[in-house]
Amino acid sequence: MTFIAPRVADKKDWLSGETGDWELIIGLEVHAQVASKAKLFSGAPTEFGAEPNTQVSLVDAGLPGMLPVVNEFCVEQAVRTGLGLNAQINKFSRFDRKNYFYVDLPQGYQISQFEFPVVGEGEIEITPEGGEPVSVGIERLHLEQDAGKSIHDLSPDETYVDLNRSGVALMEIVSKPDMRSAAEASAYVDALRQIVRALGTCDGDMEKGNLRADVNVSVRRPGGELGTRCEIKNVNSLRFIRQAIHYEARRHIEILEAGGSIDQETRLFDNVKGETRTMRSKEDAHDYRYFPDPDLLPLELTDDFIAKIKADLPELPEARKARFVEQYGVPAYDAGVLTADKATGDYFEAVATGRDAKIASNWMMGELFGALNNAETDLADSPISADALGGLIDRIADKTISGKIAKDVFGKMFAGEGTADEIIERDGLKQVTDMGAIEGFVDEVIAANPDQVEKAKQNPKLLGFFVGQVMKKSQGKANPQAVNELLRQKLGL
Amino acid sequence: MAEPEHGVSRDDVKKIARLARLHVEDSQCGAIADDLNGILAWIEQLGEVNVEGVEPMTSAVDMRAPMRPDIVTAGGIRDQILANAPKAEDGFFVVPRSVE
Repeated sequence: MTFIAPRVADKKDWLSGETGDWELIIGLEVHAQVASKAKLFSGAPTEFGAEPNTQVSLVDAGLPGMLPVVNEFCVEQAVRTGLGLNAQINKFSRFDRKNYFYVDLPQGYQISQFEFPVVGEGEIEITPEGGEPVSVGIERLHLEQDAGKSIHDLSPDETYVDLNRSGVALMEIVSKPDMRSAAEASAYVDALRQIVRALGTCDGDMEKGNLRADVNVSVRRPGGELGTRCEIKNVNSLRFIRQAIHYEARRHIEILEAGGSIDQETRLFDNVKGETRTMRSKEDAHDYRYFPDPDLLPLELTDDFIAKIKADLPELPEARKARFVEQYGVPAYDAGVLTADKATGDYFEAVATGRDAKIASNWMMGELFGALNNAETDLADSPISADALGGLIDRIADKTISGKIAKDVFGKMFAGEGTADEIIERDGLKQVTDMGAIEGFVDEVIAANPDQVEKAKQNPKLLGFFVGQVMKKSQGKANPQAVNELLRQKLGL
Repeated sequence: MAEPEHGVSRDDVKKIARLARLHVEDSQCGAIADDLNGILAWIEQLGEVNVEGVEPMTSAVDMRAPMRPDIVTAGGIRDQILANAPKAEDGFFVVPRSVE
């Protein structure tokens, strides 16, 4: 495969070496586990965390005479994901055998798609933190089987093998080498994660390894000839992806500047030491001798099959973000946070509908996310429902309480003391809008502070002092606007 | 038979054997290469057939892949799965260590 990488990185992303600047070229292969109940070619379950070898069928164990039959749901999810990546759906695709020997691969080959993947070229837009949107090309998406799991630390001279994962369906999503910084690479994986979660095709759980990335890294002089790349296998968090890229880029630059050359190789990321190291493999380990799997007929999809999936596609995060900016007038950054996952977006829409959307967004991004963060929990377990937060905002809008009092009410709601209305009623927090009562507080404060009254006439900035005193007297319940107006009037400001 | 220019060489035989984990003595490689070249030459005759306008075939059966619903129908047979294992412990297959 010849790669072209026309885009030159932003200067801020260049890496400086002893002999000048360097540019990073990154491409990713992301493995996303299909959220299916059964495996790609067998009826064994896929659930995480089962006892070893209890989720293995005779097909998964590679016993002779067993025939694989493809799981229709998995094919649908691959197509769905392809559509979500704005990619070409190939009506004809084929399964091939990728041949290699390893203890957790009982068949002696992995069923994958080599020459004719189910999904072809696509493109998504990503926004790296603190940067401008970047378009990242998708090379292909294909379906393949996962391998089993080898455990090396149960015995000093043996390996323990669990085949529960053997045969689970994976979507391998291959990007073009379109990323130029660690921030872009991690934003890309995050965007993919959001897309598959919104589509429901993969749960995106990186901790369980249900979404993991192989990272291809090389460096070149800005805009110059492409360098030799190294592939870092199976990196399973956004932070590790960034760390691995930083380490690998520095390693390449050091070798090249010392006059050396990069060996194309597969490396492992050690997340304890924060470095990559070579996987000492035999020189022909990559000779997989692909050939069409004679046990499987080609996959031929009808227009109807694809159209049905297309008709059922949900709104994707990028589209939802754009709609939030357009429909609710929230800033792009806020819209990005609010659409990071489906539940957050749904919560926001429930609060914002029929209310001031900017106020709804501010309460969510400020108080609510802050409180959830402090309580080390998330929106799914929020003690305040969207309806309840809406109820609080309604009381600010109709001037029953001030924004300041609302924050106290919010704290009590978060502690489970009831709805906004219940707490306002119980604690007598209703804002005082009765001008007579407010005037009483104002007069008392003026009478008690004759010196300040004189000073205020010279220096109108002292108004704040009086407002504070009146609010204190009213226990925060006086309408601040009314207090301001009355004070200005009485002090002659 | 001499090694043909585009045929299978002794080194190819050694490499294919290694990739397939087959033990082949050096002394046998020449004979195996000759056999393989003979077989390939015989198959080469297919090159004489005019296939213009014919789609490459993946299978001899003219049908698309049957698919199965996403329903759990297997698993839970650990004893059978492990029955042929030379060594098993705590529900795992146990094999000679695969990493250094």
